Amino acid sequence: MQPFIRFACGIFIATQLIACSSQATMLQTQPVELTISAASSLTDPFTQIGKQFEATNPGVKVVFNFAGSDKLAQQINEGAPVDIFASANKTQMANVISGGRVISGTQQIFARNRLVVIYPKTNRAGIKTLSDLARPGLKIVLANPSVPIGSYSLNFLGKASLLPEYTNSYSQSVIANVVSYEENVRAVLGKVALDEADAGIVYTTDITKESAQNLATIEIPDALNTIASYPIATIRDRPNVAVAQRFMAYVLSAEGQQTLAQYGFIPNQEP
Amino acid sequence: MADTPLLRTPTISTSTRLPIHTRGVVLLLIASLPMFFFMLLPLIALVLRVPLIQLLERLTNPYIAHAITLSLTTTFVSMILTLLFGTPVAYLLARYTFRGRMILDTLIDLPMVLPPSVAGIALLVAFGRRGLAGQYLAMFGLEIVFTPLAVVIAQIFVSAPFYIKAAIAGFAGIDRELEQAAALDGAGRIDTFRHITLPLAWTSLFGGAVMTWARALGEFGATIIFAGNLAGRTQTMPLAIYQGFEQDLGIAITLSILLLAVSFAVLFVVRRVLGGQN
Repeated sequence: MQPFIRFACGIFIATQLIACSSQATMLQTQPVELTISAASSLTDPFTQIGKQFEATNPGVKVVFNFAGSDKLAQQINEGAPVDIFASANKTQMANVISGGRVISGTQQIFARNRLVVIYPKTNRAGIKTLSDLARPGLKIVLANPSVPIGSYSLNFLGKASLLPEYTNSYSQSVIANVVSYEENVRAVLGKVALDEADAGIVYTTDITKESAQNLATIEIPDALNTIASYPIATIRDRPNVAVAQRFMAYVLSAEGQQTLAQYGFIPNQEP
Repeated sequence: MADTPLLRTPTISTSTRLPIHTRGVVLLLIASLPMFFFMLLPLIALVLRVPLIQLLERLTNPYIAHAITLSLTTTFVSMILTLLFGTPVAYLLARYTFRGRMILDTLIDLPMVLPPSVAGIALLVAFGRRGLAGQYLAMFGLEIVFTPLAVVIAQIFVSAPFYIKAAIAGFAGIDRELEQAAALDGAGRIDTFRHITLPLAWTSLFGGAVMTWARALGEFGATIIFAGNLAGRTQTMPLAIYQGFEQDLGIAITLSILLLAVSFAVLFVVRRVLGGQN
């Protein structure tokens, strides 16, 4: 027992010393910590943008809080200490604005996302165009209509049915081919990438480098597509508003926009 | 006598039973209350949420009716298949020692500890149309993923161990001399199994089968990954509950209450049947 207690005390003292020394260094440099709440779909590009921003702004540390936009908005409205909010849709940004938490006028759209049809590269169903999705016998997976992309997918089918080139039975025929409504968009991607389904609908940003090796895509024209806009804004009553606004400017700069484009987002200003 | 540990509370022998009306009992009762209420409260909240009449009305909702029908048929089929293919495995493991027995034994435990999502992905890469076995099945036009057959396969994979474990315990608890005596009297192996082994192991087999069925009825993770989610085809009650939670809470609660009632009734009846045997 005794050696154990001595050992435990040793550990305790050691951790205290480490804690003290790290506190000391913090006091020396006093880095500015910037807390950013961003939609989960922004995880990859924002992590990279954060690193780039830290590299060009010494003394600034960027901390991310990635989650569903609805959850983040709720946290901010309840007073969570956050400097910047980047939402995956306008609805949740509007919630934070009406909650009085945004510095008015700072909000702006910084990226957009759109739907795309994916199919396995093996393409055993022989899909070439959007019309092929209505061919009987195909196995199509969609996201559940309860998640935004699920209802966007049905919107696309509905809009297409109104056009003569797809005929008005288009939506019905495609829906008859649906073999599963998956719980989220990543599950749709997985089923198609594994070649278990012949086609599916996802966001362009969901197609990662790894999955792109097994997948081919068909663009959905703008007129039929639902384009999701991503707004960003600075939160009020925070100590480092100037730094926060510098970060926002960086996201909107050519460099930031390029990083977003790299991950499949539609940049704000298309060339 | 070996039991299914999940269903039997150890019988209290009179020598260890403490006299009632001691202060200790009162204190113990008070100490037990928090856990008791903690277990009970969510269930009561669920039941109180929907009036009975509304509950009965909802049963005719096609979305709910489809889920119930599909759940009952698939769990029935998966239980029959588990009995058919699980019993020989259990008998083998209970009666014989051989090289690799430990590995087989561990293998059977595995689905009980695996997260269901792992089971779903494993089934997908095994039986999918590009899967290890599935690619050959696909050559004959048999594609399993997204069909009710996939639901049954997922259920068997995750629930069969419950039956097999109980059956092993049941068979192992039978005195071998009884079987040997029957054999000496000229009974064939199959006759011995039917007339001696099965009746003696019955309580364990029955208890195990019910636990397997109950586990299959609640199966969610492997099913949604391997079989997908389509109302009337692969959407079982747990999947309908999950989707209902996002779309129509009333449906989710109705199905939850139904699952709760069925599970309670089954566990209670089994306990009574098994208790009656003692």
